[in-house]
Amino acid sequence: MLDISNLTCGYDSGFAIRNINLRVPTGEIIGIIGPNGSGKTTLLRAITRSLQPAGGAILLEGEDIRRMKIRALARKIAVVSQSAEFGFMTVEEFVLLGRTPYYARFRFLETKDDFKVAHKAMASTDALRLKDQLMNRISGGERQLALIARALAQEPKLLLLDEPTTYLDITHQVGILDLIRRLNVHFALTVIMVLHDLNLAGEYCHRLALFNKGAIHKFGLPEEVLDYRIIEEVYKTVVIVEKNPVSRKPYVMAVSEAAQEANRRSNKA
Amino acid sequence: MILSGLLASVGIVSLCLGPADISPAQLLPALMHGSDTIERTILCDVRLPRILLGIAVGGALSLAGVILQGLFRNSLVEPYTMGISGGAALGVCLAILLRLTRSCGVWSLPVAGSIGAAAAIFTVYFLSTGKGGLNIRNLLLIGIMISFICSALITLIMAISKVEDLHGIIFWAMGSLEQANPLLVRTALIVSVVALGVSCFFCRELNAFLLGEEEAFHLGVDIETAKRLLFILASVITGLSVAVAGIIGFVGLVVPHFMRLFAGSDHRILLPSAWLCGGVFLVSCDTLARTVVIPTELPVGVVTGLLGGIIFVYVLCRRPEGQTRCLI
Repeated sequence: MLDISNLTCGYDSGFAIRNINLRVPTGEIIGIIGPNGSGKTTLLRAITRSLQPAGGAILLEGEDIRRMKIRALARKIAVVSQSAEFGFMTVEEFVLLGRTPYYARFRFLETKDDFKVAHKAMASTDALRLKDQLMNRISGGERQLALIARALAQEPKLLLLDEPTTYLDITHQVGILDLIRRLNVHFALTVIMVLHDLNLAGEYCHRLALFNKGAIHKFGLPEEVLDYRIIEEVYKTVVIVEKNPVSRKPYVMAVSEAAQEANRRSNKA
Repeated sequence: MILSGLLASVGIVSLCLGPADISPAQLLPALMHGSDTIERTILCDVRLPRILLGIAVGGALSLAGVILQGLFRNSLVEPYTMGISGGAALGVCLAILLRLTRSCGVWSLPVAGSIGAAAAIFTVYFLSTGKGGLNIRNLLLIGIMISFICSALITLIMAISKVEDLHGIIFWAMGSLEQANPLLVRTALIVSVVALGVSCFFCRELNAFLLGEEEAFHLGVDIETAKRLLFILASVITGLSVAVAGIIGFVGLVVPHFMRLFAGSDHRILLPSAWLCGGVFLVSCDTLARTVVIPTELPVGVVTGLLGGIIFVYVLCRRPEGQTRCLI
């Protein structure tokens, strides 16, 4: 689906990612994890062409994304980011904006097909009940559903999500990630998402790419990446990694300085 | 439909009102049959060109306001914030100071205004274009700075100009639809209508811009091309409006905001409705300006500021907070 080779990319202040090589197979959920400023969002911005790479290439289904027209790219890649502004519009109007890459220049009205696709997207994300509500009047969790519905209205093959669970409580975090997994299964949608929560990343992603200082430190299955030695090295934090007794996936617990000190004292005693 | 009907009604009322009252019943016979009557001369040579110019300028300024507010996602932006009117005003002031009307004829002021506007547009545009394309935030700041520089230069010109020139500059700066040249009126109307048509082809882009530039890009919008073309379009129609009618403030700020309260933020509806509403507003203000203290004519800019401000604040305050359709 997506082949990234020797990708180097950054801003005026310098390169944020260097020589990234990543192969994303069709139908997988890839989690991008890593400390703040490690280049996770930069990678997403490079994949969407919001940032021009200084070197390397990104191939989407074998085609170099730099050679693709912007509209063609928007039909294949949809993005759910935290930077969207909502303005004064209903959820339905917002989701219909997802049909923008399909509109011809001289067509001013949406077709029945556009409405059908948008309604299907809203139904898939449980946002249909919100369709007449204003975007700036719904809760953060509902807004996230609308954002995902708009992305689905683009009928993409690759869905990129930048911290989709930020600011959400645990119910909504699990709800959103369960939804993403269902979409991944039902629509054979390939997903790349940036996550800060290592436990959710381990629970929901098929593979994880751990970023550190602009490079991929480790790429593999959650149980390979979420190793306490690797996490402690990258995050500079003492952690304990255990297995979730139900899902058998790894989960990470941070150990505070006070707990470490208490532990040292009890060991001495 | 409602706004078109309103525009037609305001146009008819405006034709009838003035120092020489013409009743609606006299209107059609005077226009159709009276070949050399005084009524026909008043209607065709004085009032009709003003109405047409009012529609053209009001529509153009409102359209420019909708486009710029959509691009900047800021409802405080208006065509005059971008330094365009400042450039046009400086051009006209220089033309008056150099007495170009005597040597170059009636076209000298609009041409000087257009050149001034064009100079401001290109200065703002090139100073705001960096490596990553057109920087919208820089564009606004540089536009405001160009406005201040032009304003300072105009004050300088006024300080050194003679009394008769000063009167001309002040009268022009206050804005007027009293344009004697029918060709200019026709040109302004054609450009305004064409601009409306062209802007409608960018409805999708402007709607996507509501979500932010990067989001618009994710939806397949070629944001750099759209920003450039829309900025140039807004600048050209503002420059032309200032060049033919002087500085008529408030229209480009209030009408787009006002229409958003009622028509929402979908630019497919917003662009044509703001154009029509701008026409209605400016023709109404001009009718008031020339009839409220007959035979003295008030500057139309004074009426647009007073009337527009009062209506706008009234409507904004009367609406419950939850229903206020402020997109930005």
